[in-house]
Amino acid sequence: MNEIREKKVWWPDPPAIKEFVVKSPWIAEKHRAGQFVILRVSDNGERIPLTISDSNIEDGTINILFQEVGATTMALGRLNEGDKINDLTGPLGRPTHIEKYGTVVCVGGGIGVAPVHPIARALKASGNRVISILGARTRGILIYEDLMRKTSDEVRITTDDGTYGRHGFVTDELKEMIKSGMKIDLVVAIGPPIMMKMVCKVTEPYKIFTYASLNTIMVDGTGMCGACRVTVGGKTKFVCVDGPEFDGHQVDFDEMMARLRQYVEEEKIAREICQKNTCGVK
Amino acid sequence: MIEEKKEMKEKKPKIPRQQMPEQDPHKRARNFQEVTYGFTEDLSSTEALRCIQCKNPLCIDGCPVTINIREFIKKIKEGDILGAAKVIKKSNLFPAICGRVCPQEDQCEAVCVVGKKGEPVAIGRLERYVADYEAEHGTFEMPEMLPKTGKKVAIVGSGPAGLSCAGDLIKMGYDVTIFEALHKAGGVLVYGIPEFRLPKLIVKRELDYLEKLGVEIRLNHIIGKIRTVDELMQRDGYHAVFLANGAGLPQFMNIPGENLNGVYSSNEFLTRSNLMKAYQFPEYDTPIKRFKNVAVIGGGNTAMDSVRTALRLGADNAYIIYRRSRDEMPARKEEIHHAEHEGVKFILLTAPVRVIGNEKGWVTGLECVKMELGEPDATGRRRPVPIKGSEFIMNLDAIIVAIGTNANPLVAQTTPGLELSKWGYIIVDDEKTCRTSKKGVFAGGDIVTGGATVILAMGAGRKAAKSIDEYLKTV
Ligand SMILES: Cc1cc2nc3c(=O)[nH]c(=O)nc-3n(C[C@H](O)[C@H](O)[C@H](O)COP(=O)(O)OP(=O)(O)OC[C@H]3O[C@@H](n4cnc5c(N)ncnc54)[C@H](O)[C@@H]3O)c2cc1C
Ligand SMILES: Cc1cc2nc3c(=O)[nH]c(=O)nc-3n(C[C@H](O)[C@H](O)[C@H](O)COP(=O)(O)OP(=O)(O)OC[C@H]3O[C@@H](n4cnc5c(N)ncnc54)[C@H](O)[C@@H]3O)c2cc1C
Ligand code: SF4
Ligand code: SF4
Ligand code: FES
Repeated sequence: MNEIREKKVWWPDPPAIKEFVVKSPWIAEKHRAGQFVILRVSDNGERIPLTISDSNIEDGTINILFQEVGATTMALGRLNEGDKINDLTGPLGRPTHIEKYGTVVCVGGGIGVAPVHPIARALKASGNRVISILGARTRGILIYEDLMRKTSDEVRITTDDGTYGRHGFVTDELKEMIKSGMKIDLVVAIGPPIMMKMVCKVTEPYKIFTYASLNTIMVDGTGMCGACRVTVGGKTKFVCVDGPEFDGHQVDFDEMMARLRQYVEEEKIAREICQKNTCGVK
Repeated sequence: MIEEKKEMKEKKPKIPRQQMPEQDPHKRARNFQEVTYGFTEDLSSTEALRCIQCKNPLCIDGCPVTINIREFIKKIKEGDILGAAKVIKKSNLFPAICGRVCPQEDQCEAVCVVGKKGEPVAIGRLERYVADYEAEHGTFEMPEMLPKTGKKVAIVGSGPAGLSCAGDLIKMGYDVTIFEALHKAGGVLVYGIPEFRLPKLIVKRELDYLEKLGVEIRLNHIIGKIRTVDELMQRDGYHAVFLANGAGLPQFMNIPGENLNGVYSSNEFLTRSNLMKAYQFPEYDTPIKRFKNVAVIGGGNTAMDSVRTALRLGADNAYIIYRRSRDEMPARKEEIHHAEHEGVKFILLTAPVRVIGNEKGWVTGLECVKMELGEPDATGRRRPVPIKGSEFIMNLDAIIVAIGTNANPLVAQTTPGLELSKWGYIIVDDEKTCRTSKKGVFAGGDIVTGGATVILAMGAGRKAAKSIDEYLKTV
């Protein structure tokens, strides 16, 4: 259990992007689009949430794709094929509500493309027309393009530096699609909080229902601690059990972004220790 | 004979209740080592002398698991400490834990006969002494195990209720698997109650014991997510399920500013510190903030644990804000005293109104209002009512909310046919049988009663084991 079957390095330079295929038959079987796991790399490790970006019931495996932004993801990235993840629990969160909406736009920013993937696939399988907008800083770090092409009727790409697709942000592309008169029934946005906030700003005036998948700080992931709480429509919600997806127009993104910055100083200390190679995996 | 009796009568009252040695309050307020050291051999034998071996020992009825207290104290008097341990273990599997955390003053010691005229026998401390002695000097003895029945039971949750149920069932010949959501077993004993009150080694010892008996503990398995209760029974072939998933859902106050940075549930604060060992950051990866001015809202054990943890993390000012008066505080008396000696400040008859923050989203203060006690409410306690115009502001950088917990709905939501109270607690037909409305499914501990005590949860686990055994004999 929890054994890493395959490792893929999508982008080697810091912050590196890596993907694992992990043996976990029970989670693979239960997993639905939109759900995530919480893992720990070592016995003194932190619990961190990562979305299940793909799964294979026959092999009993799940995929996780992550960017090495801090101590835990860096320690995780050092594991290799054959290693075991210390603790792995899931599937957590509510699955995405899948039905036939009509035309759905799936927006994935940065590594947010990975969590969007199973949702796009499920929406497609339910008869929706799926148009995906994938955004990356630069061409080299664009992930999951092939998979997204398979699960979408159409894929549009934007890069911040113009090395691939449209030169600009995912929101530029989305705005243009809306302005062109395309009828959009649902938008799903996953990426950095600021991106999700901006996507919601774009869709709000047109009353296009928009799901945002929130990536708050979490501890247990079972509704026990409240670390993951956000304000949605004026009410406090726990992202780990009530989410991770919410009606993006109701989410207080500013509060959420402030809460994500709670441990910046400590994260820096931990990252430096990790860079000196004295942390994590034993 | 007459002479002797007279002598005894004179001698008894002379021995005062023995004090337990403890760390100096100033020192301990800055470290996470256990506060109390426990009785020495001398202290325990002296304390044991205070027990008059009542013909009709009321103390036993005061103990929720009816430990034969008179008998174990008699063994201490005889110097047979391992014998005393045997007596205790007949009723209580985890005496080293209960001896430390039971609210004895409301239970066994509340009714001890000696306590009528003076201070009661220190039953809890004696129990702890015996348990610690046994751990140090006893050898592992396989208890009597009944032949395997070929039936298996799943237990959801590894808190005191789940563990004690597992301990009994395995001895009755059942295969037992505990499914635990977190990466460590023990429930509140490991994520909630701090090291300085209950060293985690002690919990570990009890878990090791259960594993030696053959109990399987599957960590990182959240029932309701990875498997439902129905799947456990229909697919995995468990013949019965015991739900002991506790009452772990934190309550918040629903006042403005509650999601500012620096406001925590006691569950988060304690989980970071205890389960994740954040007080040893960066040796352990999980961070916790070392705040200077911290207020904890509430008056229970959880509030005391939180405020004392904040102090140990380096707070200059650590406050308890409680809306009633000191007498109504539900925490163990010993913990309140310890907190006070360590320098915790109590702000009583006060309730929070609104959290104040800065432009960066961090807490800077708390507006409170003074309260007075009005008419008694449904619980018989006088209801606190706000005094108009008495609002005041405290400057703080962290607020920890410890006003209680609710039932976590993950299991209930995914188990059709399970009858719940309007607060989401699982309804059982009576607390002796622990039977739920669903066939083959039993429940006990905090998930039935709401937040209660370790010993009550253990008691429920044992009753459930008995009831499950009866049930499985009929199917
Ligand atoms: C439901 C959910 C699903 C997620 N799915 C993925 C995923 O599929 N792939 C992936 O790479 N990441 C995902 N994340 C984010 C991931 O959990 C964080 O990147 C991780 O916790 C960082 O841990 P660390 O110790 O490596 O870095 P830290 O030292 O904790 O943080 C380093 C930096 O990352 C930021 N950060 C910290 N925690 C989070 C967070 N929870 N979300 C976003 N940024 C954070 C910090 O502000 C800081 O700048 C998800 C988060 C949630 C809540
Ligand atoms: C901070 C604090 C201090 C306390 N101090 C004292 C004290 O001094 N004395 C005293 O007598 N009592 C004290 N109590 C109360 C006491 O700890 C509880 O009453 C007791 O632990 C309840 O036991 P339980 O077995 O019912 O549940 P818990 O101890 O809550 O255990 C439940 C377990 O189930 C797990 N779980 C939950 N959902 C699932 C799921 N879906 N699948 C799998 N596992 C799941 C949880 O992770 C947990 O490990 C304190 C409580 C707290 C929070
Ligand atoms: S278990 Fe608790 S109530 Fe029972 S004798 Fe021990 S301390 Fe007293
Ligand atoms: S009631 Fe007190 S004095 Fe009597 S047997 Fe129990 S502990 Fe001893
Ligand atoms: S992470 Fe603890 S309640 Fe959501």
